[in-house]
Amino acid sequence: MKSYKVQRRLSLTFRYLLLVVLAVIWLVPILWIILASFSYNDTGFVSTFWPEKFTIQNYVGILNSSQFPFLDWMRNTFIVAVISMVLSTFVTISVAYALSRLRFRFRKPFLQIALVLGMFPGFMSMIALYYILKSFNMLNLGGLVLVYVGGAGLGFYIAKGFFDTIPRSMDEAAIIDGATRWQVFIHIGLPMSRPMIVYTALMAFIGPWIDFIFSGIILSSSGNARTYTIAYGLYNMLHSTKGSSTTYFTQFIAGCVVIAIPITILFVIMQKFYVNGITAGADKG
Amino acid sequence: MFKRKDKKPPKATYKEVWSKGGWASKLSFFLMGVSSLKNRQWVRGIAYLAIEIAFFAWFVMNGISALSMLSNLGAIKKKQLVFDKQEGVYITKLPDNSVTILLFGVLAVLLLLGIIFLYVTNLRATKKLYIDNRDGEHVETNMEQLKSLFDSRLHTTLMTIPIIGILAFTVLPTLYMISMAFTNYDSKHSIGFSWTGFQAFGNVLSGDLAGTFFPVLGWTLVWAVCATATTFFFGVLLAMLIESKGIKFKGVWRTLFVIVYAVPQFVSLLLMAQFLDPQGPLNNILMNWGLIAHPINFIGASASPLVARITVIVVNMWIGIPVSMLVSTAIIQNLPQDQIEAARMDGANALQVFRSITFPQILFVMAPSLIQQFIGNINNFNVIYLLTGGYPMNNNYVGAGDTDLLVTWLYNLVFGQTQRYNASAVLGILIFILSAVFSLAAYRRTNAFKEG
Repeated sequence: MKSYKVQRRLSLTFRYLLLVVLAVIWLVPILWIILASFSYNDTGFVSTFWPEKFTIQNYVGILNSSQFPFLDWMRNTFIVAVISMVLSTFVTISVAYALSRLRFRFRKPFLQIALVLGMFPGFMSMIALYYILKSFNMLNLGGLVLVYVGGAGLGFYIAKGFFDTIPRSMDEAAIIDGATRWQVFIHIGLPMSRPMIVYTALMAFIGPWIDFIFSGIILSSSGNARTYTIAYGLYNMLHSTKGSSTTYFTQFIAGCVVIAIPITILFVIMQKFYVNGITAGADKG
Repeated sequence: MFKRKDKKPPKATYKEVWSKGGWASKLSFFLMGVSSLKNRQWVRGIAYLAIEIAFFAWFVMNGISALSMLSNLGAIKKKQLVFDKQEGVYITKLPDNSVTILLFGVLAVLLLLGIIFLYVTNLRATKKLYIDNRDGEHVETNMEQLKSLFDSRLHTTLMTIPIIGILAFTVLPTLYMISMAFTNYDSKHSIGFSWTGFQAFGNVLSGDLAGTFFPVLGWTLVWAVCATATTFFFGVLLAMLIESKGIKFKGVWRTLFVIVYAVPQFVSLLLMAQFLDPQGPLNNILMNWGLIAHPINFIGASASPLVARITVIVVNMWIGIPVSMLVSTAIIQNLPQDQIEAARMDGANALQVFRSITFPQILFVMAPSLIQQFIGNINNFNVIYLLTGGYPMNNNYVGAGDTDLLVTWLYNLVFGQTQRYNASAVLGILIFILSAVFSLAAYRRTNAFKEG
């Protein structure tokens, strides 16, 4: 009996030890990023794990930099994110609701076409998007919003999976009572899917903060750093720091930390939805 | 199976509508919406008519030229010196801009298809009006039609704007790129290019790019298998470790790992590249501990291809295991416990239970999503682009390095120095075929266990 207890305790200790080691391995690079953002350095390189000298100058520097208008980037990204959040959520929820709850002639074809379109690599369309926006003179933040919202119609899978789980009997009861489908959508569908709307909105909001590819292609041709969004601005900053102005490397890290913190927190809060999304997607195949 | 659809004969054929219908029905075959107007469905009628007028105005002014230029993508392919007789001087004529011609050509085709679709719906509406009038049934009024947009036609209201968005920002670019695969658009023909059929496919599959394509395809598949398998397997193990009996604060442990995934990838991966640099902190720590004598080139221009590839897979585990852990946690919590308990009673140890019961069950549930992840990994741009940028470069490749995947190579072919736009479009199509094959497998698999 005693040996069993000892064995169990040993196993638990071992498992805790393993978890701690793994967690440390996982978090060391993240910790280094935070430490490096506080390190005093002008060689353009942080080669030690623990900074030799702490400073908050990197944060002061990036927030007041004239070469890298960080606050302009923040403002641009915020505007793009808010507009794209509102419009994308509207688009995504409408499509998901229609595909899940309504039955109409081109529902099946639409689902099939969406499946096929989703298999083309997104990069393929980027050159085309560039020329489309260029020929309409939209290589700016407005064009970026359009690209994000235009793509939202195909991001319906998670929300549709959610609507599919709401029992249809409530809709039917309401319709028997004389409600129109619009009233069902507004008074039953939307209130019951509040968590899904929040999730969709937050995802649409986060998108512009982490996308450096589309924003890079669309915004880079202006050559004016003040019109960049944050992700492309920072990405571009590192590429210019690799060349001549290596002094800004630690400022780059500071800028990264500033935007990574809120996004990380948002994402950690939403992790449960994220899992539901993946497993819901799995059912659809 | 073998469900027989009861086919009723149609209430009226279009032929009947044409021969027996009134003047409005007849006119509707040419002017969309006339019969709606005659039946006082003002909004629908005016909308149809206005769309038709707008379409023909555009068609005459731009559409015809856009469509006709599509056939050769612009007559002038090269910069030319032309003698202008009136002025008596030589002037340079710039080549026609095939990029724009192709774009507007594809747009014109899409608009043409759109108007054909509307024309068909117009005919359908005309037929319905004809039948209703003929049989003396109730004809929808203008108000009823408007109201139906919020009831029986709610899908039209909800889907119109999103579909326009999808057409403009997904369908149009995709069609444009597909057609680009059949041209010779590259650095030599950067302004005026022409149709060349399957020549670009030939270049990629057996021409000068084949020496890059097949090795990169091979590595892409190896990468996708390794990345999917490692993150899945270790993700399940980590989930079971956290879920195992006696561990407290499970949520906190999970969150610690999820943080890594939650950090925006352009931050975590760009800085990971610095972390792994020969002069970076990791090499520094390892040297201080005396584990290595010289810095290791994990990634970068002077790393060995094998080390760089292994590093990429390991770093992907760092990012991917937390997600996989989250998903398998949800599955593990819902696994039926009776089998496991029965096995325990029969004296199976933890390893045996895991190998013969838990793991197969999880694998079974996750099989479709694993194939999705596999496809996602084939298209995994961020990890490669941000971490290695394709380095180390390979001299035998055209515009690609040893860690480049098909998608990052596609990106390089467009935005790098090689500028083989047509080849990049071909790659896009080939990646699509690859994804489609695996998706089909996933789809059949899903169906298989729905029935089983």
